[in-house]
Amino acid sequence: MNNLKNFTKGFISENPVFVLFLGLCPTLGTSNSAINGLSMGLATTFVLVLSNLVISSISRFIPDKVRIPAYIVVIASFVTVVDFLMKAYLNTPGKNFEPSIYDQLGIFIPLIVVNCIVLGRAEAYASKNPVKSSLIDGLGMGLGFAFALFLLGSVRELLGNGSILGFKFIRGDGVLLFVSPPGAFLALGFLIMLMRMLNQRLAKN
Amino acid sequence: MEYILIIISAVFVNNIVLTQFLGICPFIGVSGKVDTALGMSGAVMFVMVIATIVTYLLQHYILIPLGIPFMQTVVFILVIAALVQLVEIILKKVSPALYQALGIFLPLITTNCAILGVAILAVQKDLNLLGSVVYAISNAAGFGLALITFSGIREQLDLADIPKGMKGVPIAFIIAGLLSMAFMGFAGIVK
Repeated sequence: MNNLKNFTKGFISENPVFVLFLGLCPTLGTSNSAINGLSMGLATTFVLVLSNLVISSISRFIPDKVRIPAYIVVIASFVTVVDFLMKAYLNTPGKNFEPSIYDQLGIFIPLIVVNCIVLGRAEAYASKNPVKSSLIDGLGMGLGFAFALFLLGSVRELLGNGSILGFKFIRGDGVLLFVSPPGAFLALGFLIMLMRMLNQRLAKN
Repeated sequence: MEYILIIISAVFVNNIVLTQFLGICPFIGVSGKVDTALGMSGAVMFVMVIATIVTYLLQHYILIPLGIPFMQTVVFILVIAALVQLVEIILKKVSPALYQALGIFLPLITTNCAILGVAILAVQKDLNLLGSVVYAISNAAGFGLALITFSGIREQLDLADIPKGMKGVPIAFIIAGLLSMAFMGFAGIVK
């Protein structure tokens, strides 16, 4: 598989959220606005790229029986790093005292460690492939995840608030349901359906 | 009174699956039949309570006295992973019947974010040991309630005529959305 294909598979054909149904908890929990979804996606990408890098370079030295705990330690260390970075740089409250991005993502930042995408890529790809392609795989999958979260976040923010990334497109209040929990399930359900139709159409051509 | 509020809040108002979005993978994955949903909820309650007690003790007697609370994520996830293995081994020896019922669900639980999530939330909320246990039990009960209700609806769905593109996961999400909407009716009972 060439590098470009390896990179782009995470976006549509093997998108972790829409096709593989991995990492659904952070997807639903942090997509109430486009910026929250995007920051969560990028935080996960950071962990995924670095853990893929480290795991693919040290997997030869890890005994087979303890490989899963070893991978979890590597992943958890990077999650702690990302937690600290976000606490330091994304922790300023907004203009109208709305909670900072760090506070809004809250519990989902430490929970990156149990995100099935990260451990899944470590076990299924990084442990068996050379460093360079693992890096590309991690970047592609991570950005595919970020893309899905950004898309879902934008849809929910647009319908619920009439804006994307804080820019107002539609006057009025919007359907509040879509920023509240039920809206996450409904929006994701319809998005998966649309993505499925898109994939089928792409496969036909 | 305090504990009653914790229970009502965790089971109905801030339901762990339908409003906090923890444990979605088993919620969508193993909720096809009521029997498996029951088994999964039992296993989750079992592990969640033990994990919360152990992580509470770790946090307050090891991490904080040593001044390394930033190791929380690393320590908690490793302890939970080890704990699940341990529970599996002990259960196999002590109670084969229970092991038969819960066995296949136990390995899945390590990556269930509800377990780690509740352990971290209990620490963040500054609950005492008894409070943490009550919190864990009621969150597990909330998980069970959502999972079993949902699986009951999905069993009926086998007979329904669903549009082709909606079959499987998408329709499950739509149902979860409607269920979550129903649970929104509880909002405002307790904070």
